[in-house]
Amino acid sequence: MTPAEVDARIRELIQPFNKKGIAIEDSTTFAGDLEFDSLTVMDFVAEIEDAFDVIISMNQQAEIENWGQLVAAVHKLQEG
Amino acid sequence: MATAMSENPTPAPVDLLAKFDPIIQTREALLAAGVEDPFNLVMDKVLSPTRAICNGRDTILLGTYNYMGMTFDPDVIAAGKAAMEDFGAGTTGSRVLNGTFRDHRDVEAALREFYAMDHAMVFSTGYQANLGVISTLAGKGDYIILDIDSHASIWDGCKMGDAEVVPFKHNDVDALEKRLKRVPEGAGKLVVLEGVYSMLGDVAPLKDMVAIAKRHGAMVLVDEAHSMGFIGAHGRGVAEEQGVIDEVDFIIGTFSKSVGTVGGFCVSNHPKFEVLRLVCRPYVFTAALPPSVMASSAASIRKLMHGGNKRAHLWENSRRLHQGLRDLGFQLGTETPQSAIIAVIMPDLEKGAMMWEALLKEGLYVNLARPPATPAGMTLLRCSLCAEHSAEEVTTILGMFARAGKAIGII
Repeated sequence: MTPAEVDARIRELIQPFNKKGIAIEDSTTFAGDLEFDSLTVMDFVAEIEDAFDVIISMNQQAEIENWGQLVAAVHKLQEG
Repeated sequence: MATAMSENPTPAPVDLLAKFDPIIQTREALLAAGVEDPFNLVMDKVLSPTRAICNGRDTILLGTYNYMGMTFDPDVIAAGKAAMEDFGAGTTGSRVLNGTFRDHRDVEAALREFYAMDHAMVFSTGYQANLGVISTLAGKGDYIILDIDSHASIWDGCKMGDAEVVPFKHNDVDALEKRLKRVPEGAGKLVVLEGVYSMLGDVAPLKDMVAIAKRHGAMVLVDEAHSMGFIGAHGRGVAEEQGVIDEVDFIIGTFSKSVGTVGGFCVSNHPKFEVLRLVCRPYVFTAALPPSVMASSAASIRKLMHGGNKRAHLWENSRRLHQGLRDLGFQLGTETPQSAIIAVIMPDLEKGAMMWEALLKEGLYVNLARPPATPAGMTLLRCSLCAEHSAEEVTTILGMFARAGKAIGII
């Protein structure tokens, strides 16, 4: 998948978690802008892991603060 | 002077405690509402495993994890007294230097007998046992796959070891398997599970999870802190009860619950297990427990091997309290009683604290548990039963819950 395709797929996955319908840009942060708590993060990460058949460890999650970083990380992971 | 000052201005100090301001505010708001401080209780006098004078009141203890009531067992106390007389008050040293006394060896022998395993290693607390064993087993490049509701000591062990940490949804067998499948080939894998999860008192599906972990070539560590002494035919825990104890590579446990003293341990049949004594930092770089604690623990563990009747009574207590609280209309953490922990779910922290205080004034002590220790941001009143609670005491406890629950408006 290209970065754009990864972006589009994760955009589908985040919809049920983006309850306030916040507009998402590369700089949108999960903890700040989207107000994700640790449980939401776990469920959202599990959705991505299942969709792309990858592991995003807690160590990697700690490096991901915003949307752009997430898309880049998943794109890299799925290329294996 | 003035010139020197302006050239080298003192930087504004950053208060490193400022990040805890929200916690300070929550606590102050709670106390300002007139609630007795749930995290500052003092036991003025302990009368028995189930009774104490708390904040000046005669109180039934229903939140101490003293499952088998061994704290006042005469043999346990006598063994500790004798060891203190003969070996002194403390060890003043690490287990690998001057801190291994006769009774440290003996308590490890008692654990090998209790679990019928080849190796046992005693740590100063259960927290240190998880911290030490997990961080030493799984290092950089290895993978730890663990339940999201794992105890803080497990998470801290993961962080200290620098392994890749992959959590899965609580007690979800499929979620565990999916993650195991995705671990890169050749990487070391440690699956970390608990027998009983202490917040809700629910039991893990170890039979399925251990089989899956083994199928994927992972080593398995199970923390049986809340099941030792009363779950399983020999009290060895949930892994024994579900018939998979021989498949488990490492069992972690504690002396501060059923054993009734303090200390932590790991038992294993791994042929290279003893090397951990040399490489496990939370074992090496701390002082060994006092000889009195070791002698008391050894006496207690050997008595627990013959605790069948007490175990049966503890199960009766757990079933009676669970059914009674349900009948009163409380929302509980589990549909059925699965352990000696019964968690009562509170609507929010404020109501939880009020209920906790109302129970204390009735003469009942339970644990108030709140985020981040609890799953899903819940506030819980956690009850842990003791084999020494009488059937009448459980009835008394239910009466206290009924009055307090109605006064606070929860039922």
